[in-house]
Amino acid sequence: MGKVQIRVGMASCGLAAGALDIYNEAKKVIQEKKYDFELKHTACNGMCHVEPLIEVVTEDGADTVYGNLTVTDLTSIFENLAKGEINHPKIVYSNKIPAPENYLLEYQTRIVLRNCGVIDPVSIDEYIARQGYTALKKAINLTGEEIIAIITESGLRGRGGAGFPTGLKWKFAHDNKSPKKYVICNADEGDPGAFMDRSVLEGDPHAIIEGMIIGAYAIGADEGYLYVRAEYPLAIKHLSIAIEQAKDKGFLGDNILGSDFSFHLHIKEGAGAFVCGEETALMASVEGKRGMPNLRPPFPAESGLWQYPTNINNVETWANISWIILHGAKEFAKLGTEKSKGTKVFALTGKIKNSGLIEVPMGISLRDAIYKVGGGMKTDSPFKAVQLGGPSGGCIPASLLDTIVDYDSISQTGAIMGSGGMVVMDYDTCMVDIAKFFLNFTKNESCGKCTFCRIGTKRMLEILEKITAGKGEEKDIETLEALSEKIITTSLCGLGQTAPNPVLTTLRYFRDEYEAHIIDKKCPAHVCTDLLTYNILADKCVGCTACARVCPVNCISGEVKKPHLIDQDSCIKCGSCYKACKFSAIEIS
Amino acid sequence: MKANLKAIVAKHENKKGQLIPILQEVQRAEGYLSRESMREISKLTNITVAEIYGVATFYSMFRLKPQGKYTIRICKGTACHVSGAKTIMETLKETLHLAPDEDTTEDNLFTITEVACLGCCSLAPVIMINDKTYGKLTSAKIPGIIEAFKKEVNNG
Repeated sequence: MGKVQIRVGMASCGLAAGALDIYNEAKKVIQEKKYDFELKHTACNGMCHVEPLIEVVTEDGADTVYGNLTVTDLTSIFENLAKGEINHPKIVYSNKIPAPENYLLEYQTRIVLRNCGVIDPVSIDEYIARQGYTALKKAINLTGEEIIAIITESGLRGRGGAGFPTGLKWKFAHDNKSPKKYVICNADEGDPGAFMDRSVLEGDPHAIIEGMIIGAYAIGADEGYLYVRAEYPLAIKHLSIAIEQAKDKGFLGDNILGSDFSFHLHIKEGAGAFVCGEETALMASVEGKRGMPNLRPPFPAESGLWQYPTNINNVETWANISWIILHGAKEFAKLGTEKSKGTKVFALTGKIKNSGLIEVPMGISLRDAIYKVGGGMKTDSPFKAVQLGGPSGGCIPASLLDTIVDYDSISQTGAIMGSGGMVVMDYDTCMVDIAKFFLNFTKNESCGKCTFCRIGTKRMLEILEKITAGKGEEKDIETLEALSEKIITTSLCGLGQTAPNPVLTTLRYFRDEYEAHIIDKKCPAHVCTDLLTYNILADKCVGCTACARVCPVNCISGEVKKPHLIDQDSCIKCGSCYKACKFSAIEIS
Repeated sequence: MKANLKAIVAKHENKKGQLIPILQEVQRAEGYLSRESMREISKLTNITVAEIYGVATFYSMFRLKPQGKYTIRICKGTACHVSGAKTIMETLKETLHLAPDEDTTEDNLFTITEVACLGCCSLAPVIMINDKTYGKLTSAKIPGIIEAFKKEVNNG
């Protein structure tokens, strides 16, 4: 099989799962047994659900992933590899032999994630070896107008959520004749349940930097900022290293590649404010102020950072640029639907079997993304809804699973494409509780500038709290709808304008669940604790004491081999006893 | 621990939008932003105390009270929420003997704080203690994790 390369996925997700121990053990075993293997770090290859993992690539082209590893697995995997045998009980994926998750990559097309999990993210040489910075060399021999024409023709739209055509955005900034302009990368990925940008920032920082240099050259900017949320320390570390490397190679700084184009790039660390994902708030934050949005117009292309024309794109948009320049607009536009071109990266999470990152062509159905790429449901409980677009998005029910992934089709459902969080929910998820969860989030993150966003979200949250506590009234639904409309129409920025979406979509598709809470005082998903009571069925209880042992507040009493009893006054309704009982003797009502 | 505010401010002088990086660096050194430090930064930068306080209270990362030795960040992202983050939070509070309105233990060892999303959704529910992440948590695992940190302190 020739030379063997062992890649250990060491992004935040891998490290949290124990990748460092795997790396150290691999190093030890290779040294002890004197294997001729090359060991290296990579970032996330998207298969987060089997982490920690290693990917083994051999000279004959075999590519194998082993997952759910413990340190003790390495000896036998390496023994097999040394004998030229790739099969092993921990095999997850292989391009040569049948493996449990070979279907995972079948429907994927990797443009944005092309290098993630493949290269060592802090090695510029590995990036260059995979055609890195070739697009920049090509772009620098074109004019700004020519580059913008390519991006426009490709049909690329902003991947941050709203889907504004990137080429047009660049044209506005380009056409402004100011001597000073800025480009910004919005890496303030704040949607709970979304981690696409983190993976690209950690796994392929040069792709983003190269995109930004090309963008700056096209619109005529000489300075740029990467605004990264502070919760992503590894991303900040990799970007800082990558910027220094790009400077050393002459891709950043003065007179790039011998031309008269100069571009300087800085990192700004966020300080924890979701609203800073909104572009005018982000610029206020870069300026060192409270991150509050401003009225548009003027748009950033006219008056942005420190009043200079500014072009802001998100991480995924920037990561597409060099690929488009290199392969041409037509190649990119071949993928996707009429109005949404290329691919989209999604973070699949929640009650799905293969949680992780996927990159699929636009136009794939939600059903295929969830069942064919994501492997379907993790539990026996059936699919109930998928949440798209985070706090600005909505819950799409099973009846709309054939909706295709493109900006316009998703918007029609009342959700939005958003940045790419896809949280799958089963029948153990209460839709009123989910709406409450997002409202609580937006209420906390509202900057307070607009009255309806500041107070309206709070009032809506109070109503939802009332409903989940079993104190809802029939008029509450009407009030929620009326408040939603007012918040949407009177808020300045996207945060407020979309804040009611989670409530509106759950009301649209799961109104019966609201009614069950309000009228019948029941939570069908058994989530809202105020509406639940746990009882032990005396005829089924065998007195095994399992429930009493797991009860965190010791409110279950009874003698061994005799039926037990729950003290309702002390019960905190955590459900531990229900999960622990092997005899179905605990009833939830 | 008192930081050398003069040196920190000098490092960021002449850079645009320097206030947030200065506050971040001071907090890294001192653990939180004290009134005295904010006043001192105001004198050194000519930015009013009101503006500094405004920025410090706007962003959730800035802390105005002393913190425990270990900061426990509880992820309240969507994936963690649907996987039982609330129970994890309750168990942590119980294990650390914290009242509902308290966030720091009496011995100043632990501070708990909620964060929007740590970006490790496939490992939900997740908490982060200082720089280490713990995933696929259950309530049963919590006491052991906390004990390990206490042991570390006792062993110096």
